[in-house]
Amino acid sequence: MKILTTNYISCAVKACKSTSLSFPLHFQDAVLVQEEVDFKPEFITNILPRIEWEALKITAVELGFTTLPAQKPEATEEAPLDPQVLKDLHTLLLETQVTEGKLVCANCKHVYNIHQGIANFLLPNHLALPLIMITNF
Amino acid sequence: MSRPEDTLPPDLFYNDVESHKYTTSSRIQSIQSSMTQRALQLLALNSPSMILDIGCGSGLSGEHLTSSGHIWVGMDISASMLAIALDRDAEGDLLLADMGQGVPFRPGTFDAAISISAIQWLCNADSSDVSASGRLSRFFDGLYSSLKRGGKAVLQFYPKNETQRTMITSAAIRSGFGAGLLEDDPDTKNKKLYLVLTVGAGRDEV
Ligand SMILES: [Zn+2]
Repeated sequence: MKILTTNYISCAVKACKSTSLSFPLHFQDAVLVQEEVDFKPEFITNILPRIEWEALKITAVELGFTTLPAQKPEATEEAPLDPQVLKDLHTLLLETQVTEGKLVCANCKHVYNIHQGIANFLLPNHLALPLIMITNF
Repeated sequence: MSRPEDTLPPDLFYNDVESHKYTTSSRIQSIQSSMTQRALQLLALNSPSMILDIGCGSGLSGEHLTSSGHIWVGMDISASMLAIALDRDAEGDLLLADMGQGVPFRPGTFDAAISISAIQWLCNADSSDVSASGRLSRFFDGLYSSLKRGGKAVLQFYPKNETQRTMITSAAIRSGFGAGLLEDDPDTKNKKLYLVLTVGAGRDEV
């Protein structure tokens, strides 16, 4: 699972939808690999506005990366982003992948296991559904 | 021929044997490829994008997304299918998840979504505590929210009948999507139905 995806994913438990505590999910026992992905600066420029920078900083620290800038790099008309900044983001967001470990919700404590890079987001029905839908058994 | 979704829920139907059959059938592969290409054409993305593939299976569609320069995340309820995707070195991230439980991503993140031959499964409710309409609304609400404003989804599906076709389309509209149905090769046995969904620029502004 790419670091980018962890910045997109949130707890699937119904009751966690309305709380900010459920994002980002927190890594435990993560095993990392670096895998080469074609570098496309336009892709990074495209998604950068939709990255939650504070959450990315939390994730990066949990995985042992401490060199992320404190502020999100922003491009302006006069000053496009430095290619090296884009390349560094590419390496962190797309090439750094978690193959084994856990993602844990800080709100409900649900643990999503990651095995061979695949995160298991299947939930028992009582967690996935609003209460009203599970009362008429 | 019985339809797979009439026999068993997808996580049980696509066991290792069925998953392997599905992935190695050259007929299915070529149909799946052409439908993916069609969906990409309808999405009309003009730059490398972040795409959600719903019911990604063994990553057949994902290969086209990758070769078109996109980054994708696939979700599927069948662990066997995802295992084949791993064997085939799918470039996308894979998530074991049930679309009927929702789409577990934070709001406004994906540029686009694609789905090939999957969403008719939403009409099956396989346990007494889950209704088809509940699964449909959780899926479309989640999909709507996970797409960015102005985002688009193209979902090819095989409705069993007119009722199912209406049920799926109206569930999408109820979740806020602008929706259109596109039929390729109508009135032939190769007809293909695409649900084309758009997220308006601002539900928030209404
Ligand atoms: Zn939670």
